[in-house]
Amino acid sequence: MLGVLVWSVQTKLACELLSAAREIDQEVFALAINDDAQAESLAQKGAQVFRLNNQSLEIANTASIAHAISQVVNQLNPEYILLSSNRRGKELAGRLAQIINAGCLSDVRALVSSDGQIECVRNALGGATIAHQVIKTQQKLIAISANCYEVPSDQGGGQVQDISVKVEDSKLRLLSTQGKPSEGVDISSAEVVVAVGQGLENEELLETVNKIANQIGGIVGCTKPIATDRKWLGEERIIGLSGATCKPNVALLLGTSGQVQFSVGIRDADTIVAVDKDDQANVFTLADYYLVADLNDFLPKLSTSL
Amino acid sequence: MKCIVALKQIPDLQQLRIRNREPVLNDIPYTLGAIDKNALELGVQLKEELDWEVVVISAGNEELEDTIKEALAGGADNSFLLIDNQIDQMDSAEIASLLAEMIRRSEDIGLAIFGEGSGDNYTGQVGSRVAEILGWPQAGYATSVSVDGSTAKVTRALDDCIEEVELDLPAVIIVSAGLNTPRIPSVMQILKAGKLPKEIITLDDLSLVSSANQIETVSNLAPIAERKQIKIGSVDELLNCLESAGVERR
Ligand SMILES: Cc1cc2nc3c(=O)[nH]c(=O)nc-3n(C[C@H](O)[C@H](O)[C@H](O)COP(=O)(O)OP(=O)(O)OC[C@H]3O[C@@H](n4cnc5c(N)ncnc54)[C@H](O)[C@@H]3O)c2cc1C
Ligand SMILES: Cc1cc2nc3c(=O)[nH]c(=O)nc-3n(C[C@H](O)[C@H](O)[C@H](O)COP(=O)(O)OP(=O)(O)OC[C@H]3O[C@@H](n4cnc5c(N)ncnc54)[C@H](O)[C@@H]3O)c2cc1C
Repeated sequence: MLGVLVWSVQTKLACELLSAAREIDQEVFALAINDDAQAESLAQKGAQVFRLNNQSLEIANTASIAHAISQVVNQLNPEYILLSSNRRGKELAGRLAQIINAGCLSDVRALVSSDGQIECVRNALGGATIAHQVIKTQQKLIAISANCYEVPSDQGGGQVQDISVKVEDSKLRLLSTQGKPSEGVDISSAEVVVAVGQGLENEELLETVNKIANQIGGIVGCTKPIATDRKWLGEERIIGLSGATCKPNVALLLGTSGQVQFSVGIRDADTIVAVDKDDQANVFTLADYYLVADLNDFLPKLSTSL
Repeated sequence: MKCIVALKQIPDLQQLRIRNREPVLNDIPYTLGAIDKNALELGVQLKEELDWEVVVISAGNEELEDTIKEALAGGADNSFLLIDNQIDQMDSAEIASLLAEMIRRSEDIGLAIFGEGSGDNYTGQVGSRVAEILGWPQAGYATSVSVDGSTAKVTRALDDCIEEVELDLPAVIIVSAGLNTPRIPSVMQILKAGKLPKEIITLDDLSLVSSANQIETVSNLAPIAERKQIKIGSVDELLNCLESAGVERR
């Protein structure tokens, strides 16, 4: 049992998995399901690609994708299976792990080789701790978070071959798919992040925040309630456990209480500057510099000063 | 028909303290995860619409009976609890096989509802693993569910799209965080909840061979926070800080 098999429905994430796979010193196989373009891209990155084309295989059907991949696993017999820890990948991971009797870790942010074992690094207890964990089963399934590994550059040398599996009768039918409205912002790669929380008392002030972000070349991010409860900003701007992990040079936190599910997404920033009206605000413990101020006064002042 | 809702008891992380980088979990009261409460609310809404029965299942340590009262008050009809202090040491695969075995003991199930991730470890595996053990179809990240005869229609919020699928019952539904606002039980409901029917078993009552742990935790420490925490007094000072950190005015 040797080798690393990687699969993600999203080509960018599949490419990141190729980089992650290189941390494990074994042969790498990539799988592409009903996606010839992805098979091509992965081959250009030097991967040995297995193309699985079967029109009765529906990506929406987690059960049948899991069974299909388990058959590929049986044919190639890899020690490691890497999936992306996006929503589809995470849902699939549990099911596939159960079929192949593998231990499984999700939301893994890094693979570290230590004493001949691969340790998976991931947040635990809602982000309060960082756990290093090892999977003890013969086959090991790891779902890796997005943006933790680079997309490798094209190097050629890969090849594509076909592989086939049996698909069982489906107990699930896809009725419709609708793209999510997206502004195409990628907060995770921003150099400067301006993050707003519920301390922003009215939506009009967002305009000032946007202006400030423009003035300092930053991207506006937010805490979860700003997107999901107040719906002032899109979900792709959420920072934290259920959103993006950012590593900016500078983060300016405006009225965020700094709870751990949020701070996991920003604690890798080089410099953190926080503004909160509460002089005992918890967020100050994660800041390099903090200012006690009411955003209603502070925001217009900052914008004019810039 | 029955709707099973799986709820996990977790330490209340709001009260988690870190000492010497170690999480201190002793003496923290238990609660139910926010997403699990969403799962229960969905079950209760389906019950009101379809006249189903809502059965809460949970595996946990001796505190469980107390913790779960909150859920029962939120509209469940009865509960099936596996109480054993060994549960705390088990991994997702073991928990899933226990829950699947408990579900198998009930008849006439329409749906088994899980949360997208538990409130403490959030690995998001248990629902999918149970679906596989039972051989049921599954739909994860569900934001709405409607049942029509022997099928369920589910809307799912995925990374880049919204998907609508139809599943044959019985099926596993794994709900997306925040898909609904769980109702807050009244004092009367909480008082009554203690009297709702419940069945309690221990590990000895399940015929499962225990397997070795699949996961070994090498370390689990709080990250080293080495922030300067310097208090500044004015907007001008703040601007200086931003600039010395590399921000350029445009
Ligand atoms: C499983 C799970 C996952 C989660 N994932 C995420 C996630 O990914 N991202 C996330 O952000 N949250 C997440 N949360 C929610 C998280 O726990 C917090 O509830 C949330 O981050 C709090 O948001 P906030 O800081 O905007 O609001 P609050 O906690 O309400 O903080 C507001 C802050 O603003 C200050 N303030 C108020 N008024 C003013 C004013 N006029 N001027 C200046 N300051 C003011 C207050 O003093 C306070 O510090 C998750 C929770 C769970 C259970
Ligand atoms: C620091 C630390 C890290 C850990 N990491 C891992 C790990 O990476 N992999 C692993 O396999 N285990 C891990 N464990 C063990 C894990 O916490 C338990 O096995 C847990 O019961 C199942 O995993 P989960 O909490 O991630 O559940 P999830 O899969 O996130 O839970 C999803 C849903 O399943 C249901 N559910 C889960 N547990 C129960 C239950 N006991 N009773 C009823 N319903 C339930 C709920 O509906 C929940 O919303 C870890 C434990 C610790 C202390």
